[in-house]
Amino acid sequence: MAVGERDPITGIHTTGHEWDGIKELDNRVPRAVIFFLVVTTLFSVVYWILMPAWPLGSTYTRGLLGLDQRQVVEESVREANAQRATWTQEIAQLDFDEISARPELMQIVAEAGKTLFGDNCAACHGLDAAGSPGFPSLADGTWLWGGDPQTVAETLRVGINSTHPETRFAQMPAFGRDGILDAAAISAIVSYIRSNAEGIADLGPQDAEGIEEGRRLFADNCAACHGAEGRGDQAVGAPDLMDDAWLVGSDRQTLVRTVWNGRQGHMPHWEGRLGETERKMLTLYVTEILAGRENRQQ
Amino acid sequence: MIAQLTTTERQIGLVLALIVTLLGAALGLAGRHDVLAYHGLLIAAFGAVVAIAILRQMDRPEPGEERLSEYYDDPIRVGIVLTMVWAIFGMFVGVWVSALLAWPELTFDAAWASFGRLRPAHTTGVIFGFGGNALITTSLHVVQRTSRARLPDQVSPWFVLLGYNLFCLLAVSGYFLGITQSKEYAEPEWYADIWLVIVWVAYFLLYIRTLARRKEPHIYVANWYYMAFILVVAMLHIVNNLALPVSLGSAKAYSVFAGVQDAMTQWWYGHNAVAFFLTAGFLGMMYYYLPKRAERPIYSYRLSIISFWGITFIYMWAGSHHLHYTALPQWVQTLGMTFSVVLLVPSWASAGNALLTLNGAWHKVRDDATLRFMMVAAVFYGLSTFEGSFLAIRAVNSLSHYTDWTVGHVHAGALGWVAMITFGALYTLAPAMWKRDRIYSATLVEVHFWCAVIGTLIYVFAMWNSGIVQGLMWRTYNDSGTLTYSFIESLVAMHPYYIARTVGGLFFFVGAAVGAYNIYMTIRHEPLPASARLGAARSFVPGE
Ligand code: HEC
Ligand code: HEC
Repeated sequence: MAVGERDPITGIHTTGHEWDGIKELDNRVPRAVIFFLVVTTLFSVVYWILMPAWPLGSTYTRGLLGLDQRQVVEESVREANAQRATWTQEIAQLDFDEISARPELMQIVAEAGKTLFGDNCAACHGLDAAGSPGFPSLADGTWLWGGDPQTVAETLRVGINSTHPETRFAQMPAFGRDGILDAAAISAIVSYIRSNAEGIADLGPQDAEGIEEGRRLFADNCAACHGAEGRGDQAVGAPDLMDDAWLVGSDRQTLVRTVWNGRQGHMPHWEGRLGETERKMLTLYVTEILAGRENRQQ
Repeated sequence: MIAQLTTTERQIGLVLALIVTLLGAALGLAGRHDVLAYHGLLIAAFGAVVAIAILRQMDRPEPGEERLSEYYDDPIRVGIVLTMVWAIFGMFVGVWVSALLAWPELTFDAAWASFGRLRPAHTTGVIFGFGGNALITTSLHVVQRTSRARLPDQVSPWFVLLGYNLFCLLAVSGYFLGITQSKEYAEPEWYADIWLVIVWVAYFLLYIRTLARRKEPHIYVANWYYMAFILVVAMLHIVNNLALPVSLGSAKAYSVFAGVQDAMTQWWYGHNAVAFFLTAGFLGMMYYYLPKRAERPIYSYRLSIISFWGITFIYMWAGSHHLHYTALPQWVQTLGMTFSVVLLVPSWASAGNALLTLNGAWHKVRDDATLRFMMVAAVFYGLSTFEGSFLAIRAVNSLSHYTDWTVGHVHAGALGWVAMITFGALYTLAPAMWKRDRIYSATLVEVHFWCAVIGTLIYVFAMWNSGIVQGLMWRTYNDSGTLTYSFIESLVAMHPYYIARTVGGLFFFVGAAVGAYNIYMTIRHEPLPASARLGAARSFVPGE
């Protein structure tokens, strides 16, 4: 079909067409192209024969291998569950003390707990459970509700201020906003807290003002929940105000804001979202592994 | 430019602009209690600006008849500028949104700057803003030159170009306002979609009418590809955007498809947007500017034919490979996978045809960064189509899907192929359009080239690593049969790669900015003397 002139560089004929100076050589289609076209088509045909491939009205060709992605998934989930059953059953049956006495089970709790914690808890509590403002550390050995496995398991099950019907309630009243205390009284209470709590490094002249007044106001307004000494009450989730662990912060401004506006932290409930075995592992992961060292010291 | 229009054309333009203004006002009025009001206002303002521009030149004398003996290039010049403006915008947002993944604080707590809004602003900015304008612009240039025919009239090219940019503006401003139908690459809502249909039909008619006026006996390959691009994009756009608005006063519409049918329609659209927007259109570009710049004949006409039909026929089937291991019936996945594998052959045939065309011109590739842009584009086209066929295989996809590997793959194509072929074409086109004998500074083209290559390589390698690490972390099990890594740990592992990706993107963006400056200076000034360019020995002056 070569009708055009010869290309001086390659010696091949052109097709004789020209568009705005562009010509085309009359090279054959390289054999490799044909070859790979045949190979890939053959591959496809074989694949169609073996696998579900072509629609036929309301059904389709099933393929000689009889594979179906849904069945394959169901089968592998069954297998995986069967493999895990060796230890999931034990975790389900044994109580917390029995599990923590078994190193090989605690090994699994450590591995699986880390992933469960990362996927469900780390967004709020941090990957290392060290917490962040508003989200308590679970690793420092101080607890709002208690750090024994039963209590933590219950916290996980129902959450705090959550939508679970049996949720735990943590209600720190808004003393300022609701007009229970005025600014001077709140300032005095904050002076009392700051001058008595452990580890407050940034004490200023304001903190020395009204301490005694603050002590009296604290006994009247706060002790019911936070205890006479301000050491907290785990029955109502009221934090210890005299230790050096803080939910948000211990600076004057933050404390004044807390007492003025109140606080209600939200911890989601996990019943219905995580299975019982998973919650059990998470509980042990929190109490024995994340907080284990701190817990044992106390 | 407006003075070049005949009085009748000015009148038609004015009427069209006024209709747009009225439609915008009506839309704004109907949607006054909705975000739609902003868009009504935007459309009305757009129409009014065009109307005023025409009115101010209404009394200019009629253009001379001699214009008819020349090609009509005014819209092409404007198109080049628009292409570069969108490039800068889209790529800047791209760098920003990538930085957001490494440093999430960069949203500055503003809703409009959240990841979900910036991301489509980036993708639409680069694909439709930059890519689309480049395609429209070059197609109008190529079809005139290869048909030896002037565009049939002087109104419809403006309608297409300006109308298309109005669509892009609606799309991007909509994302910032939170308007989206949340279909990837088809995010704009119903009124913008209808507008694009009108513009696109005008584009199709413009192209067909120009081809019908051709003085060449045959239609050149580049035009086959541009035609495929125009025709199929119309089809994809209409079907995937079939939706019912909540009311004529609401921006929100609901897709007529639901569930897995909706997903399949979306990825039939999405993948063929890659095929016919980002591949066929740019192959059209390559088939003209590459041989032109290399001054070599196309390697093989027959290869052009089989790769054209191979690509147009096979791509249509491949979309379901985006939905492997989902609720989509497995037989559909099988078809998507097998056709994707076959697709590699015509894709490589096209890339091969381009590279073999350079035989006899490799010294020019060495000396001329513009031609090198196009050569590297063909190489990246080959690489990313290979990768695409590979990722479409179900077993591979089970590792790669939902990971950054996909993002890396897309950018090998988008940066390496689409953007590079466009820059090559623009550096060839811009001097010609402003009657310069070459680009303002060849050194700056060289700088742009290396920024682009380095940026692409950093980007793609970062995403390969990150994607594969991610995919492996998600499927690693402990002996006890539980997952080893939490999602958040995989996220932590991505952090260095995300930073690297931002660096790569920044390189690419800086390159594009240099390119925009170079084109601006080409428009404003005579080219720099040859001595001001890279080493005297490499003083090839591309003929234009
Ligand atoms: C949406 C954020 C959020 C998520 C997710 C979350 N938590 Fe909490 N969690 C909190 C907050 C806030 C508190 C403190 C509530 C308060 O201030 O009274 C808390 C409290 C707790 C407590 C009580 C601490 C104490 O001192 O008594 C435990 C135990 C706990 N979380 C464990 C978990 C575990 C385990 C997970 C994962 C399954 C988890 N949390 C997920 C927000 C969260
Ligand atoms: C009804 C019980 C209740 C009373 C009364 C109460 N609190 Fe609280 N307080 C809480 C609870 C529960 C929390 C934990 C809030 C949370 O984050 O969910 C808390 C938290 C706090 C915190 C934040 C501690 C931290 O670690 O950041 C401060 C400070 C505080 N209370 C001070 C006071 C003061 C001062 C008063 C008296 C004026 C007071 N509370 C009275 C229940 C109470």
